[in-house]
Amino acid sequence: MADEPRKIAFICSKGNLDMAYPALVMGWAALGNGIDVTIFFTFWGMDMINKARVDHLEIPPVANASMKMNMMGIPGYIGIPQILGIIPGMTPFASWLMKKKMKGLNIPTVREYLEMLVDGGAKLYACKMSVDMFGLKKEDFIDGVIDIVTASDFMDMTEGSQIIFI
Amino acid sequence: MAVKTIAGKEVQVNEEGYMTNPAEWTKEIAVEIAKEEGIAELTPEHWKIIEFCREAASSSGAVPTLRAITSGSGVSTKDLFALFPKGPAKKVARIAGLGKPEGCV
Repeated sequence: MADEPRKIAFICSKGNLDMAYPALVMGWAALGNGIDVTIFFTFWGMDMINKARVDHLEIPPVANASMKMNMMGIPGYIGIPQILGIIPGMTPFASWLMKKKMKGLNIPTVREYLEMLVDGGAKLYACKMSVDMFGLKKEDFIDGVIDIVTASDFMDMTEGSQIIFI
Repeated sequence: MAVKTIAGKEVQVNEEGYMTNPAEWTKEIAVEIAKEEGIAELTPEHWKIIEFCREAASSSGAVPTLRAITSGSGVSTKDLFALFPKGPAKKVARIAGLGKPEGCV
């Protein structure tokens, strides 16, 4: 065993529902293994910590080649025609379906996962450049976001960490 | 599989050091493993979680994960990490003489 504790930092740059989960799942697993966790939210990834957005993340079926009809119980790997994906209501439907499936497996929501991570000791930060660009303030973020920091600050605070970009 | 002597008792452990037979576990063993894990003294709060995990494992056959412990025992995530720092579910499992918890949450 090394003397220095292992450290992992995640950079969350995506705001789609499916892309919100990787850092949450791996971050939680890391905490469970006694690893220090830092998460840096940038660009669309800031939706994950935005109070007004966190409960409304979505997954659009358009341009998602892996989303097949078997999610809806239709056997085989029949795709969803892209033209159907643009029909109003398809994105909410796909999002509802994914959330329902996750609920059935007892997977926490994004908001709940973030609370668990913070309670478990993960450190959350928002990216200054993105915050400025989107006109956000610290008050717009969920509790547990420690600060708004620059990319350079992030580099300083993650010295010796393994960094995972999502 | 190997045999290890903990608190003067020979117990079966796997290659990761988890006990493989919960029936071989005693409270003295728990105290000793806790010390190995850096917990000097097991308080009533620790015991509550250890007992919850043993009961959950014997009734369901699955060693509880972090979230199973918090939702089942009513202990908050914060308290759980404070009582068993650096990987609570694995630590409790080890101290409670159970296998490694399986599952992602």
